[in-house]
This record gives sequence, C-alpha cells and structure tokens, in this order.
Amino acid sequence: MDPSVTDTIAAQPAVELHDVARHFGRFAALRGITADFASGRLHVLLGENGAGKSTLLRVMAGLLAPTRGTVRVLGADVQREVATRFGYMGHAPLLYDELSAMENLAYFAALYGIHDDARCAEAIRMVGLEPSLERRVGQYSQGMRQRISLARAIVHQPELLFLDEPFSNVDVGSARQMTTLLADMRDAGTTIFVVTHQAALMESVADECMVLEAGRMVAREKGIPSRMLSPYAMETGR
Amino acid sequence: MSATPTLWNITRRSLAKDLRLEWRSKDAINSMLFFALLVVVIFSFGFDPTAEESRRIAGGLLWVAVLFATVVALNQTWTRELRNQVLDAYRLSPAPPQALFLSKTIGNFLFVAILEVLMVPLFVVFYNLRSVGPVWQLLVVALLATWALVVNGTFFAALSIRTRSREIMLPLILFPISIPALLAMVDATTSILTGDNSPYFWMRLLAVYDVVFTAVSLLLFEPVLNAE
Repeated sequence: MDPSVTDTIAAQPAVELHDVARHFGRFAALRGITADFASGRLHVLLGENGAGKSTLLRVMAGLLAPTRGTVRVLGADVQREVATRFGYMGHAPLLYDELSAMENLAYFAALYGIHDDARCAEAIRMVGLEPSLERRVGQYSQGMRQRISLARAIVHQPELLFLDEPFSNVDVGSARQMTTLLADMRDAGTTIFVVTHQAALMESVADECMVLEAGRMVAREKGIPSRMLSPYAMETGR
Repeated sequence: MSATPTLWNITRRSLAKDLRLEWRSKDAINSMLFFALLVVVIFSFGFDPTAEESRRIAGGLLWVAVLFATVVALNQTWTRELRNQVLDAYRLSPAPPQALFLSKTIGNFLFVAILEVLMVPLFVVFYNLRSVGPVWQLLVVALLATWALVVNGTFFAALSIRTRSREIMLPLILFPISIPALLAMVDATTSILTGDNSPYFWMRLLAVYDVVFTAVSLLLFEPVLNAE
C-alpha cells in the first residue's frame, strides 16, 4: 500500500462527533458533544449514573439517532455501511437465554457472513470460557453471560469495539482477564471504547479517559489520572 | 469463513434459530393450542348444529379461532427478541432486515399450520363436518389464508413491539386490516364445504392480498425494525 495512504488511514479518527445532542422527550441526555477519537486507542468513558455515557455509546453505534449533530464512525456517516467493522456490547447481554454459548455465537457470526465454528470457539476461549459448555445461556451466572456477550461482540474480529459496562457482575479475576484481552486487542490495532464505573480496572491499560456530566464532556485526559479513580472506583480487590 | 450475509442464508439461519427456540420453550405453540382448543370446545357447547348448519358456520368458526390463536403466537414471536435486547444485536449487524421478517413470517406460518393440522380433526368431530366440495381446494385456501394472517400479523406485531400495551395494540391494528382476508377465507371455506358457490373468486382475492401485503411488509420492514 502507498505509505501516504497508510498515513491517511492511521490519521483518520475512529469516531468523530460534532455537536451531538440526544433528547428523550424534554430530557437532554447529551448536550452538544464535539470530539474526535483516535484509532487504535483504548478510550474510557466515566461519569455518574445518568451522565449520558450509555446514550453516547448507543449513538456512536447507530442504535440511537442523534437529535442534533453528526456522528462519523470509521469514516462513514451511516454506521450500517461499516457494520462489519465494529462490535457492540450493551448493558443487556444481547443473547438468547434458550441457546448455548456456541449456538448463540454461531447465529450471530452468521449475521456477519461467518460460518466458522472454530472462530466462535476461539472467541469463547478468548473470554476465558469453554466452548464445549452445553448449558443454555439462561442458566449461566451474570458474569459468564457478560463474558459470552463480549465474545459475541468480538466474534467477527471488529476494528472498533463499543463496550457498555463490560465488568458489571464479573468477579475481579475474570475482569482482569477481560482487561488483558482488551489491552491485547488494542495493541493489535483495535479501537476500544469502554463505559465503566470501575475505572481502577482500566487504569493500567487506558490511553485516555473522558468524563461526562449531565450530557456534557467535562474532562478529557491522557490515561486515567489517579484523582479520577476515587469517585468511580468500586470494589476491585486492589 | 466470512462472506456477505445474503437474504436467503440469514433467513434460513434465523428460521432454524426460531424453530430451535420454540422447540425448547414451546411458548407459542402451547398457548396457541390451548386457546384454540378452548374456542372449539366452548363453541361446540354453545351450538348444537345439524350437519347442514355446521357446513355453513364452520368456516367462520375455524378462521376466527385461528385468527385469535395466531395473535397469541405473534406476540410471543417478537417478545423473545426483546428479552436481553437481542434485537439490537440484529440491528447492528449487516444482515438484511427483510431476512428477519421473512424468517419470522415463515416460522409463524409453520406454527399456525401445525395448529390447523391439529384443530381440523377436532372440528370435524365436534361439528360432524363433511365437505361437499373437493378437499384439495380447502388445502389451497388454508395455505393462502394462513399466509395472509401471518404476513400481516408478523409485520404489525413488529410495529407494536415497543408500545407499552402491545397485547392490546396488535389486535387493534391487525383485525381491521385483516377483514378483507378474513371475509375471503371464510367465504371460500364455506363455499367449498357447502358446494353452493364457486370459491375461486375468494381464492384469487386471498392470493392478491398475500402478494400485496408480503411486498408492502418487506418494503416497510426496515424502518419498523430500526424505529426507536
């Protein structure tokens, strides 16, 4: 590839937000956020409940349309055009309770044109679970469901990943294992957005953090400064 | 291996997934069967028709019972997509929205067809039915009528999926729009059972209804799926 083309691709932000607002009736969840987010970085979104973190993630993933402003993801104005290139993990697991982990992943992989059980099994192993588990997802613990949900989000090997509270209900050991996986993916070039209240877990791997407050971005810092850990740090065993 | 997700591939995979989910949960089929059985038994106690009267009313009774039972199944179809917000995973994927609609419609068609296969013998026994017209015509009417009910029902169930009282909303929207199809299926069935009139006009009407509503539903499903 022409080096100048490579430079252009590398320089293009993974996500560009311009004056993004999102209202639910009279309630403004997001109030004019403008920001560019570099590719190949791990971005952490912090903030109190109701600050607009999950809404921002859903707007970036294309699940919600902004009331005002523009969102460009991987250079596209319409997220559907780049649907194969990003993954999303929401608050809910986005899994069928009556299917096993492999059955779930095989179905969701097929939606991306992937008909390869080995890749589904690999995604399950990457999150620290065993693909041969025949139990239905509905019988899993919350933490296991979270991890299978992460496997679903990465099964198509996306270059951009949106993760909403990936560590909720996950034990500390498994959360650390997930953090290491995310760091490895970032090192391999994946851009990752993580919404979390457990900032301490991301301290060693985050490239930058943003703090949202009442729908506005009130701070943006390199890494996660220690002063930002205390308000959001939860029991992590550290 | 990775390939472009085609309409047929995704329809097939989604249908297989829905059949597997139903096989394991039996949510739709059990509630449909129970409801339809209740209607047949209660009607049979309510009326004591002669064989001739049975032929005149059976078409109406059968299709009204199927229509009500279908509504029960239609609500189940989309409710399971709302659990755990699984529908979001589909919306985020590059899979064609129409594939989801087609798989749900074909799945519902199979569930309702199973219901009809189980209900018709009960109708024959409870109402002492003997068809004067050829039975193959009844089969054609059943296929066309079932598709008419499920194609509309699946579309409107998706439309009402995010409303707070969707169990009430669905019949409110579905029943008025199904009246032409309901008239056609009842009149076609009665014409065949009694042998009095030709059922072909009603059968053609059902076929046109099926084609029109299938095309319109496929065209409009994408905005319905992505509605917030």
